[in-house]
Amino acid sequence: MSSENRRLGTTLCAGFATGGCNRVQSAFAPFGEEAESSQLLMIVMTVGAVIIFTGLLLLMRHAQRAPEGSLSLQGGMRFILVMGGVLPALALLALLLFSLPAMRPIAIGEHDLKVIATGEQFWWRMRYEPHGAVPFTTANQLRIPVGRAVEIELRGTDVIHSFWVPGLAGKMDMIPGRANRMVVRATKPGRYRGQCTEFCGLSHALMAFEVVAMEPAAFDRWMAAERTPAAAISPPGRALFDDYGCAGCHRVAGHGADGTIGPDLTHFAARQTFGATTWNQESEAIAAFIRHPERFKPGVRMPAFDHMSEPDARAIAAYLLALK
Amino acid sequence: MSGPDQDDPQVREAQANRLRAVWAAPTGWFGRWTDVNNNAVGNWYALTAGFFMLFAGVLAVIMRTQLAVPENDLVGAETYNQLFTLHGSMMMFLFAVPMFEAVSIILLPQLLGARDLPFPRLSAFGFWSFVLGGTFVAGSILFNAAPQGGWFMYPPLTTETHLSGIGADIWMLGLSFIEVSSIAAAVELIVGVLKCRPPGMRLNLMPLYSWYILVVAVMILFAFPPLIAGDLLFEMERLLDWPFFDPARGGDPLLWQHLFWIFGHPEVYIIFLPSIALFAMLIPTFAQRHLLGYPFIVLAAVGTGFLSFGLWVHHMFATGLPKISLAFFSAASEAVVIPTGIQIFAFIATLWAGKVQKSTPLLWATGSLVVFVIGGLTGVMVAIAPFDWQAHDTYFVVAHLHYVLIGGTLMPLFAGLYYYWPLITGKKLSDRLGRIAFWFVFVGANLTFFPMHFSGLMGMPRRVFTYPEELGLGGLNLASTIGAYIIAIGVGIVVLDIARSPWRKRAARNPWNAGTLEWLAYPEDENWGIRSIPLIESRYPIWDQKDFVRKVDEGRYFLPDAEEGRRETIITSVLDARPRLVIRLGTPSVKPMLAAFALGGVFILTTFHFYWAALVSGLLAFAAILWWVWTGTAEIPEKECKSIGHGIDLPLYGSGPVAPGWWAMFITMLGDGTAFGGLVFGYFFFWTVHADFPPPGIEGPGVAWPMAALAATLAAWLLTIAAREVHRRGHVALARAALVAGVLANLAACGAGFAGPWLSGLDPQQHVYPAIVWVLTGWTVAHGAVGVVMQLYALARSLAGKATPKHDADVRNITLYHHFLAVTAAATYPVLGLFPEVL
Repeated sequence: MSSENRRLGTTLCAGFATGGCNRVQSAFAPFGEEAESSQLLMIVMTVGAVIIFTGLLLLMRHAQRAPEGSLSLQGGMRFILVMGGVLPALALLALLLFSLPAMRPIAIGEHDLKVIATGEQFWWRMRYEPHGAVPFTTANQLRIPVGRAVEIELRGTDVIHSFWVPGLAGKMDMIPGRANRMVVRATKPGRYRGQCTEFCGLSHALMAFEVVAMEPAAFDRWMAAERTPAAAISPPGRALFDDYGCAGCHRVAGHGADGTIGPDLTHFAARQTFGATTWNQESEAIAAFIRHPERFKPGVRMPAFDHMSEPDARAIAAYLLALK
Repeated sequence: MSGPDQDDPQVREAQANRLRAVWAAPTGWFGRWTDVNNNAVGNWYALTAGFFMLFAGVLAVIMRTQLAVPENDLVGAETYNQLFTLHGSMMMFLFAVPMFEAVSIILLPQLLGARDLPFPRLSAFGFWSFVLGGTFVAGSILFNAAPQGGWFMYPPLTTETHLSGIGADIWMLGLSFIEVSSIAAAVELIVGVLKCRPPGMRLNLMPLYSWYILVVAVMILFAFPPLIAGDLLFEMERLLDWPFFDPARGGDPLLWQHLFWIFGHPEVYIIFLPSIALFAMLIPTFAQRHLLGYPFIVLAAVGTGFLSFGLWVHHMFATGLPKISLAFFSAASEAVVIPTGIQIFAFIATLWAGKVQKSTPLLWATGSLVVFVIGGLTGVMVAIAPFDWQAHDTYFVVAHLHYVLIGGTLMPLFAGLYYYWPLITGKKLSDRLGRIAFWFVFVGANLTFFPMHFSGLMGMPRRVFTYPEELGLGGLNLASTIGAYIIAIGVGIVVLDIARSPWRKRAARNPWNAGTLEWLAYPEDENWGIRSIPLIESRYPIWDQKDFVRKVDEGRYFLPDAEEGRRETIITSVLDARPRLVIRLGTPSVKPMLAAFALGGVFILTTFHFYWAALVSGLLAFAAILWWVWTGTAEIPEKECKSIGHGIDLPLYGSGPVAPGWWAMFITMLGDGTAFGGLVFGYFFFWTVHADFPPPGIEGPGVAWPMAALAATLAAWLLTIAAREVHRRGHVALARAALVAGVLANLAACGAGFAGPWLSGLDPQQHVYPAIVWVLTGWTVAHGAVGVVMQLYALARSLAGKATPKHDADVRNITLYHHFLAVTAAATYPVLGLFPEVL
């Protein structure tokens, strides 16, 4: 069933998208159970809507062409009640009953992984709390094991954000002062994308994150690697990183940097993008971002480093790219 | 009793001349703007709302241009955010709602065969408030100071002053001001429908448009006040740092969302139902038969109004509310399909049963139904919570809401424009240009918004100033942008058609051969509305009543003259429209304009933190309103009764429920009470989100002071009632004494109310509990102070000889106010004083 859905989704978007079709951030390309069930719902409702709409068009055409008096007063009243009242009531009742199962959340066990995702202007803090193991924190990337239920707790700090990975599940808001919960289960490995869907300020459009669904074994290996401190390297950028006070906000575990205001950079280079997925990790771009983040991300919290020389910025970029 | 001889053309001519003189519009470069007649004010209102629509449309075209290709840099994030915030806010607050009010101000007196609305100066006040507030909000974008938090203004993004500039204050204060004027118009329209109908027009003979006006105006009355309560809390947080939405100090951003959507969802129906109402007028005309299913439509309209207040949570499906409440609101949202379906199928049945006359207005109407139905079907989809979790805040919803609003507001308004233009100007618009424009708008709307269903589900969130190329959304967006330009061309053609209209030849009277009362209007400009006020026996009197038009024109019905040189109209009873009263209407005056500008000054000056200047402006507004009310209301007539013809004598003075003024007070206070209800909701909302409320370590205002305040308020209330009763029985001196005592009791209540939180040292910046206590106290104390002003006003009226035991409208109206004041105090003070003790 789910693969048929996928095929239909592909056809749909191939038919309508002249600019190509993305498989990374689309409700038509589900890789999670919830997204699959909402896609089925979507298809059923779309088919129903098309049938109703066509019927209504034909009826309107007929009404305008019918000769005067071809509908009696009594017939007309009955027509209004049946078409406007009875039939919609039955159709809607059926739809509601059909949709209710999709509201049931996926069951979660106490041994399952919990991820606390926090929305910040304009990036994502991801704290992993595996059962019986040391928790760790990354940023702008969500990795989940295929086939296992994962509980995601959604929190807000500064303003309201919303967590949306259309291929995985529907969205849920991240509200300061509240904690929301969703449970997801990926069905297909791959690299996907999620994005903030609650308007959160100037760079709302640039607040996205990578999603990687992995086979469980690979996922466990990744968790183990992620939990280790950064490699014992000392390129020139490492000292500059300290000199410019980057550690005041950023953490690089094992390198003495333990700021928690900004994204954790311990395994920065293990991600493929930076700036909440907006740019690919190229050293030129990273260096430019460090000196003038506000040119990349309007409203960003990170201050500009106007006084930093370009070579220094490039050295720091090289250091970051070495943090595999 | 024999009336004037209506068979004599000279008598008729003399009557017409007197009417013409009485109803003449003021002239002069300034004087003309002091006009208050519904024809003038309604037209200005509609033109202004139309201008704001074009302005907001241009903003949309700029946005679509920015989004035409991925990673475009035509406008930056800051500008883009201002564009979409202002586009939505303007279309809602400066176009859709005011346009409904404008059209209703123009049409309602005509539909009811009244000479004007009951409070023409209130219409003028609403209009000038709208012009000032609208210009203030719209103009802000020219100074790069427009609000940029979205039309929904969710805190904390908008309440944190370092994240949102002065634009947030402009939105809150500018639009609050406009909301006040919207409520003023709603009061006017409700009283108009209930009290200004022609004799014989029982509720079940009312033209459907008036039914819709009634429903929509009542919805405005109950929907806008929660938003005003929200605005109040919002500005308290922004200006005074009272933490209603700040979770660090016990606040909760979700409270705003509730208050906003309790307003926001009815708002959708507030702007959609009037368009359905236009269909209900023009479809019978072009089917040349009565509308089929009149009672169904009335029930459906009322039902939609009711249901619309129970759906707001479907805008909050993704906020993490309990699943069981989501299921409930899903079902409630689906239920609204049924009344909507009834209305649509009633129109189809009418066309089916009738003889369809093809015309440009009908083309617009049927085309907009097609567009609207698509929006309705996607509405059914997004009301299903699991689907909404995907679609919410994506371009799918942008598509849905624009299908609803273009099919349910914009295109029906164009249908109405082409239909009613001859009524307003005496000239028809071009059928051909109208058809061409229709096809541009229809094709453009579909090209713009249909692809958005796909771009949304393919990952495009709303309110993004750009999108990455890798998402593959470029083609869909380019199509949308091309569509937007096509809509713009279509709208441009309509504007061109309107601009050419003055050079067209006059149309015949009632050019579409319609059956309803408004088509009695003359193609020539006559300000008096209707020559004589008819006796109504049918829903389509022009079709059904014999010699109807001739008899109206020859003054053979009621009130065919203006013997005393006063503007007059007939007041009838609410249910069965028996004539009850003749009222004298307000004449052109500068006072409403003065009051509007002074009151606007309060809001605008507060935006820029000029508090002293705002205070001065507030005092000016107070003085202007007092001057206006003192000179313009409850005037003692020169004689007790006058004849309206056919042997009927009606009184010229009314007090209590027979008078429109009493109804205006009653309706206004219902709205006021609703806003207060919003604040009380806030108190209990915070109580539900906190385990301890009041929080440990913070003492409430105690029991004694709030209870003393309650007792004093109730004393003031009883004294006011006593004043009314003894006054009615002729004991004027005793009544004055009771009013003085009432003033003292009210002052004592204000003092005691204030003393509670003041003496217990509640600091509103510390936590949300003291903040909400202070807001409730402030609200109630302020209402007590207004009660003092009213009691002093009634006293002054009595001393000035403007009120007598037989002419006691003033004291009866202020008693009505005190009923509401007593209820307010009876809610506030126990909640503040007793509720914390009980728990």
